[in-house]
Amino acid sequence: MIWGVLQFPGSCDERDALHACTLAGGEARLIWHEDRDLGGVDAVVVPGGFSYGDYLRAGAIARFSAAMEAVADFAAGGGPVLGICNGFQVLCEAGLLPGALLRNEELRFICRQLDLEALDALTTPEGGKDIERLSIPAKHGEGRYYAPDEVLDELEAKGQVAYRYAPGENPNGSARDIAGVRNEAGNVVGLMPHPEHAVDPLTGSTDGLKVFRSLEKFAG
Amino acid sequence: MAKARVLIRPKEGILDPQGKAVERALPALGFEGVEQVRVGRMVELEAEDPAQLGELCEKLLANPLIEDYEIQTF
Repeated sequence: MIWGVLQFPGSCDERDALHACTLAGGEARLIWHEDRDLGGVDAVVVPGGFSYGDYLRAGAIARFSAAMEAVADFAAGGGPVLGICNGFQVLCEAGLLPGALLRNEELRFICRQLDLEALDALTTPEGGKDIERLSIPAKHGEGRYYAPDEVLDELEAKGQVAYRYAPGENPNGSARDIAGVRNEAGNVVGLMPHPEHAVDPLTGSTDGLKVFRSLEKFAG
Repeated sequence: MAKARVLIRPKEGILDPQGKAVERALPALGFEGVEQVRVGRMVELEAEDPAQLGELCEKLLANPLIEDYEIQTF
């Protein structure tokens, strides 16, 4: 399994993502934002950071990069795509995932380890609910998930709420404690917390690896 | 070239913590009776074809899911 990790000007978590993909059992390489060709990778990570300085809105400019055009085609063909933090914002701006990420309710940049509930994300799209608790750090200033109520209802009905903050853990005012969502097919997943920072027992948790491995089933 | 100004603001009903923070700071400075503060942003530009500004706003300058925009041309 070969992972491609996008790199924009302003990305800062792409190296940790590469490391995480390797620990999850694959190979990984960087894909520069100007590359229109993903080079035949089996899965794509859109990493965290501040692509293009977060100018205008987080993720708004990155969405128009050559590499993101290629990622949109790749996702449409069923290829697995994982967006983390800024990567989640980029996928929402690109319309590959529903909703938007707004400034944290308390206006503070939050940075801490927290518990997530993986709802359907770790199972197959057809599978039943298998709620598992994961310990993963979050660090962001604009992570408040928002979508209109009718969209939220639909996401819940279709099992597209992939990750929720555990009770009492919602750090940013996200609607219905949503930490991550997936598209209807399940091959595109985005979340605000950082699974690539939870891959080594030295830092307290290796739960992040499960998030990476959950996408393997979509690799062609 | 037509000069234009695009005003972008959070949609009604969406919590705007920036506006709230500004509103809460005002009484400490002696400004009483100021409510409903909302913070948006303004983009100034010059365009050959002002007719394309609507699409430009929809695709890039605003996120229609969370923001309203208003185009003023001069």
